[in-house]
Amino acid sequence: MELLNALVAFTNFVGVPAIAYGSQLAIGALGVTLVYSVLRFSNFAHGDTMAFGTMVTILVTWLFQGAGISFGPLPTALLALPFGIAVTMGLVLFTDRTVYRFYREQKAKPVVFVMVSLGVMFMMNGLVRFIIGPGDQRFADGERFIISARDFKKMTGLDEGLAIKTSQGITVVTAIIVVALLFWFLNKTRTGKSMRAYSDNEDLALLSGINPERVVMYTWLIVATLATIAGVLYGLDKSFKPFTYFQLLLPIFASAIVGGLGSPIGAIAGGFIIAFSEVTITYAWKKVATYVLPETMAPDGLVQLLSTDYKFAVSFAILIIVLLFKPTGIFKGKSV
Amino acid sequence: MSGNPYQEDRGNKDATITNTHGAGTMQPAHRKSGPTKKVEGDSPFLIGDCMTGGYGKGPDILHDCTIAVNPGEIAVIVGPNGAGKSTAMKAVFGMLNVRSGSVRLDGEDITQLTPQDRVVKGMGFVPQTSNIFTSMTVEENLEMGAFIRTDDFSNTMEQVYHLFPILKEKRNQPAGELSGGQRQQVAVGRALMTQPKVLMLDEPTAGVSPIVMDELFDRIIEVARTGLPILMVEQNAKQALEIADKGYVLVQGRNAYTGTGQELLADPEVRKSFLGG
Ligand SMILES: Nc1ncnc2c1ncn2[C@@H]1O[C@H](COP(=O)(O)OP(=O)(O)O)[C@@H](O)[C@H]1O
Ligand SMILES: [Mg+2]
Repeated sequence: MELLNALVAFTNFVGVPAIAYGSQLAIGALGVTLVYSVLRFSNFAHGDTMAFGTMVTILVTWLFQGAGISFGPLPTALLALPFGIAVTMGLVLFTDRTVYRFYREQKAKPVVFVMVSLGVMFMMNGLVRFIIGPGDQRFADGERFIISARDFKKMTGLDEGLAIKTSQGITVVTAIIVVALLFWFLNKTRTGKSMRAYSDNEDLALLSGINPERVVMYTWLIVATLATIAGVLYGLDKSFKPFTYFQLLLPIFASAIVGGLGSPIGAIAGGFIIAFSEVTITYAWKKVATYVLPETMAPDGLVQLLSTDYKFAVSFAILIIVLLFKPTGIFKGKSV
Repeated sequence: MSGNPYQEDRGNKDATITNTHGAGTMQPAHRKSGPTKKVEGDSPFLIGDCMTGGYGKGPDILHDCTIAVNPGEIAVIVGPNGAGKSTAMKAVFGMLNVRSGSVRLDGEDITQLTPQDRVVKGMGFVPQTSNIFTSMTVEENLEMGAFIRTDDFSNTMEQVYHLFPILKEKRNQPAGELSGGQRQQVAVGRALMTQPKVLMLDEPTAGVSPIVMDELFDRIIEVARTGLPILMVEQNAKQALEIADKGYVLVQGRNAYTGTGQELLADPEVRKSFLGG
């Protein structure tokens, strides 16, 4: 019974949140890895692209809520999501036309693109704050829980409750769908294969009649979709704040690099590794420990390795360890 | 390097933010295709005529260089390392700036076309290096070769597999895991997938054993017998000239000797300087 309680507490406070957070990071990291593979630079504007997509989705959600449109027990934001994606696609294509394309024509070195993306990041950052403000926005509505802690306790008779939020359920289901679709697209469709070909060997892709501008356009469309979905899922699960999204860049990049930059599977694995590390290291283990350990050994403190304020240190530390000992990441990416 | 400040990376080699894997190196003469002109009069099927030009804003590598090929023929370009053989091939394919001279295909002046549009016109090219998609399977390589085709290309794929049976066996293996000879077969197979009207091969036997080389030459002759004109650069000058209908010896970007394969093989000057006596 004690062990069961410990397990439930662990699942409730570590397992479920980490899986949801890991899925969000994975979708974010997939976007970063795609830009890295196809456009050949690390897109520092990715966090702010997520913020922009989420902002548009929130605005449309408010519009729907005002008009009395709802999605039953599911959050209205899911209805607004396609609009958010569409507008974000427009923004990234606009950015590509007005900014990145120039540098492509100059055959600029990747590091120049990285710096350019920093500029784009500041622009998008400013745009989002200008439109929706720097503050915190909550936009989750509908049913809050799939299973609430109280119901769980009643059902099982355990002391510990297991709560699964709707947003967490949606996150995992969406992540599975998105990842399956993306892999199908990249491996089975003509356009997806042409993206891989372009990433593998640009010159030969050109000699095969693959149009680079097309490949770049499809990449941005997919990246906009992934960024918006990741951003909205994160926002539903926690809340939306432009600065938080900017900060998400670190765990997202850590995920992509830990998994192996340029490897989609790596991005997913990396997302979960970072999420689990972050949550386990910043979780106060007192409760679980009390159940598992004999009474005499019960801990006095919180048994928390690191305060949640320092959660970014976790991504950072893992990032450095990986770069020191296995720079290509777990799934042999392209970084050396 | 080229005087373009955007191409200066200030020594940055950080692969966590920049990815140079598979980055393009071509400097196509035209970003957008210009018009093509019908050309009157007698002219070889494919000809790079009096081409002069070099890379970017750099010095001229080619000087009044002419190479041509006709249907049913194998034309071979030989010459010392750095003579500009690869450069001449790239020039014919529009992958570098030709300051003067023209390229004509099938009675049409295509000098103003981008490389992509030359593929559409029926030119197939196997570059000297990086000529396969290493991370993709053999079959995907062939599919990418057929990228511009909207019709059913399964027949062509069967033909390629018939020509190179080993590729059928390895169709689901990443091309990067194959041996040197097999990679070259993938490279040639990829170029054949468009059903080109002319095939250009840059050192198709580079880095393979003599036995595999003979085998590859046999395959190339087999392809040429179908009537497909082949323009080929070769390191193994003697062997290549033996199968050549037409031979070009290039030295420092200029046509040094031109003739049929047999003529060149018999020419004492050519023998002495390029064929080792
Ligand atoms: N991408 C390039 N940019 C600038 N110069 C080049 C490039 N490729 C080749 N060259 C120069 O062009 C000359 C001819 O090279 P190449 O055509 O590759 O010779 P070959 O194929 O006959 O061995 C050499 O001097 C080489 O340094
Ligand atoms: Mg060469």
